[in-house]
Amino acid sequence: MANDKIRNFCIVAHIDHGKSTLADRILEKTETVAVRDMEEQLLDNMDIERERGITIKARAVRMKYTAKDGEDYIFNLIDTPGHVDFNYEVSRSLAACEGAILVVDASQGIEAQTLANTYLAIEHDLEVVPIVNKIDLPSADPERVCTEVENVIGIPAMDAPRISAKMGTNIEEVLERIVTDIPAPQGDTEKPLKALIFDSYYDSYKGVIIYVRVKEGRVKVGDNIRLMATGAVFTVVEAGFMDATSLVNNGSLEAGEVGYISASIKSIGDTQVGDTVTNNDNPCDEALPGYRKVNPMVFSGIYPADGAKYGDLREALEKLQLNDASLSFEPETSIALGFGFRCGFLGLLHMEIIQERLEREYNLDLITTAPSVIYKVTMTSGEVVYIDNPTNYPDPALIQTAEEPMVKANILSPSDYVGNIMELCQDRRGVFKDMKYLDDTRVELHYELPLNEIVYDFFDVLKSRTKGYASFDYEMMGYVPSKLVKLDILLNGDIVDALSFIIHTDKAYGRARKIAEKLKENIPRQLFEVPIQAAIGGKIIARETVKAMRKDVLAKCYGGDITRKKKLLEKQKEGKKRMRQLGTVEVPQEAFMSVLKLDT
Amino acid sequence: MSLGLYIHVPFCGRKCRYCDFYSLPYRKSSAEEYAAAVLRNIRHYSDKNVILDTVYFGGGTPSLLPAEYIEQFMKEIRCNFDLAENAEITLEANPNTLTDERLEKLRISGINRLSIGVQSMDDNELEILGRTHNAKTAEKAVYAAQKAGFDNISCDLMAALPNQTAEKLAYSIDAMTALPIQHISAYILKIEKGTVFDCDEIRRNIPDDDAAAELYMTMVKKLREKGFFQYEVSNFAKKGYESRHNSRYWKCQDYIGIGPSAHSCYKGKRFAVSADLQGFIDFPVQMTEITDESPCGFEEYAMLRLRLREGYNINDFPEYKDNLLKKIPNLLKAGYIAFDGENISLTESGFLLSNSVIEYLVF
Repeated sequence: MANDKIRNFCIVAHIDHGKSTLADRILEKTETVAVRDMEEQLLDNMDIERERGITIKARAVRMKYTAKDGEDYIFNLIDTPGHVDFNYEVSRSLAACEGAILVVDASQGIEAQTLANTYLAIEHDLEVVPIVNKIDLPSADPERVCTEVENVIGIPAMDAPRISAKMGTNIEEVLERIVTDIPAPQGDTEKPLKALIFDSYYDSYKGVIIYVRVKEGRVKVGDNIRLMATGAVFTVVEAGFMDATSLVNNGSLEAGEVGYISASIKSIGDTQVGDTVTNNDNPCDEALPGYRKVNPMVFSGIYPADGAKYGDLREALEKLQLNDASLSFEPETSIALGFGFRCGFLGLLHMEIIQERLEREYNLDLITTAPSVIYKVTMTSGEVVYIDNPTNYPDPALIQTAEEPMVKANILSPSDYVGNIMELCQDRRGVFKDMKYLDDTRVELHYELPLNEIVYDFFDVLKSRTKGYASFDYEMMGYVPSKLVKLDILLNGDIVDALSFIIHTDKAYGRARKIAEKLKENIPRQLFEVPIQAAIGGKIIARETVKAMRKDVLAKCYGGDITRKKKLLEKQKEGKKRMRQLGTVEVPQEAFMSVLKLDT
Repeated sequence: MSLGLYIHVPFCGRKCRYCDFYSLPYRKSSAEEYAAAVLRNIRHYSDKNVILDTVYFGGGTPSLLPAEYIEQFMKEIRCNFDLAENAEITLEANPNTLTDERLEKLRISGINRLSIGVQSMDDNELEILGRTHNAKTAEKAVYAAQKAGFDNISCDLMAALPNQTAEKLAYSIDAMTALPIQHISAYILKIEKGTVFDCDEIRRNIPDDDAAAELYMTMVKKLREKGFFQYEVSNFAKKGYESRHNSRYWKCQDYIGIGPSAHSCYKGKRFAVSADLQGFIDFPVQMTEITDESPCGFEEYAMLRLRLREGYNINDFPEYKDNLLKKIPNLLKAGYIAFDGENISLTESGFLLSNSVIEYLVF
């Protein structure tokens, strides 16, 4: 197949704008998947992806299309995650394409994620093909949305196909645009192999399967390949492409093609997304640009609710890591929670997804500590330390400067909610940069925000203060000095390490009070009074008390029947098992969770 | 060796709304068959070498039975055990049933202690509870018992009733302690599953835990003022009138229970008869099921002992002493226990939290 008959593209869209539905329709139209095998969101095959309507892992599928010009074309659709947490994965998927279909909801218009990913596509020199979806909705206004695309993104859009992926309207127009508007791939098949890894996953039979876009040269079964970043060398066992539901071993791949390679690779750590694959015996001069190791940004302690499940948790994390090199974890111990793991995530969504998968797929009951970002602390000795666990925060007397990570936040919303959004951002120590109107009713706001102010509940609060209309995106922008303190929570005079966190001085009092109140609500009255204190250093800044209870259910020992009394005691013991015993204080698991969800 | 004997009489004129003890409506024919079965079982446990120290007729409403039955039971008991001269022989009674004639017969048959189910001296409360008597009847019954020669009379009293105020409870206590009685069993109402009281309406109207605790404290104080000293979580007596039979339960001493749903702790085992009158009547000897193969170990002993004001002696099970000593300071500081160097005993506020305190101490 000549290169000029290949089209490599991805679909860019905001959540719920119809990316997966469009992908489904394209698969149907090209008869890549038989109607009987068709199920919704075919490419999103994790349960969580389907339920949340999001794509977590990138995926690719090859299709055949006979265009109106009578020629047969090969389409490679590379599905990309839409969320900012997976920004780097998105950028690598984009680097594997020549074009991007930009799907915009005909009633909602451009959203923050659309914008971020479209800019990313333009940055990668992709041809952006705008498409207006959901024209079947009564509130659809394709003209307005096309104008918005032209104004905001600056690409021609007035002739964008108006489609309904749900109803299957005008899908063919999309397919034709792919042929006519998206350029064919370049690349010399005679040059040494140079292929980009844009995804990989672990298959328990074949080892790691890597998804590649071959830029130059060719690769075939039996070749020795080298992964340039890690230097690891493997022998190719299979090379081919993906149809909608399975791998098709074709024996080789050439420049311009998108496909997979399996080479008995044991560890996903060897196959980093963004790395370049070359031929070990005839290597290329230099790797493809843009490779970087992705680093976790948000950390949280994950503990089994039942201490005996520690081994199960380790096993589950190891299994998840097989398919997710960006998940990091190492053992840690907490006085309050026992043995668990300090886990690193790309962002909040990533964290939530991992927690949910652990609970759902591995049937684990978890306690997680408040998410923390990485603080950069310069000691008076000149040494620089990075702190991802509040427990390890140094003695303030030994700190010269403390810095915290900042993000550039981009918020799109109907203009009615500007007041609410500004209030929220200011409350979260945001620095206003600018604001511009996208059209008469919609605005885009730019703020610089500390990452630690958005890791708790920023997105939830933003949604609730804008009736769900605002969308939000962010990118990291480095460290700035900050007045940070470590806030400790004490129960009955003892610090509960799992509840400590690092916070800006100005916010410490408010949060301390709220946490104390929340704990008071969630710790049941017990035999002894439980003083709850919040402290910075040795100084108590908030205090509450759970009063001792006054009365048990008292059983009679009537007629010498002591079984009632015994049953009551048994019941009491049973109830205690669901509690964490901290000294004389019994703390239910919900109490640990409740402090993570402070309403603001 | 001494023994207590409990006889469960499973008949009631009417089921009280809060009660989940085993009882059935009184029927003459089944009472006859029941009485015969009791006599058979007394003979079954016959042992003239055992000193029978206490006898207790509980229920149900034992006073519903014709007094002749009680006479027969007592006669049979004397024939089959060595009944102590000063044995405490208690019968539970409903105020309605205590006629002069019946009291006379009971007295003659050997009953020397009455436990009367008064519960409250407020007619409205009595009606809510589903009792068949009123305050006046209760008062009359106690005086009639006194006249018949009973000088050891106990009354039941219930606290934390629906809509009960401290004043109402105090009124009941005043009225009750004005009667010629020597002992009061005072319980905090507990809603039992499956009873009429097990409903939202009642739950809404009963005092919450804090209020119930206040009522309890008021009650203990007031009873003490009237000369009734607390010797157990729920029991108060004038000096020397503590119930010897019930104390057997709390001191892990032996007792045999006869009758449907009766429990025993005898010869190193705990066992129970199922709550089934017909089964009790049909079998020549009551069928029992062992509920505990080795009773009165540390946990159980301490649990029961701590119900008593005299409490638990830390030397009773020396191997647990160190562990107990570690826990004593917190409990002392909180005011839940008193400790004299040997005995751990619950205070009034400790009695209210007896489950939690015992759990903390013992488990």
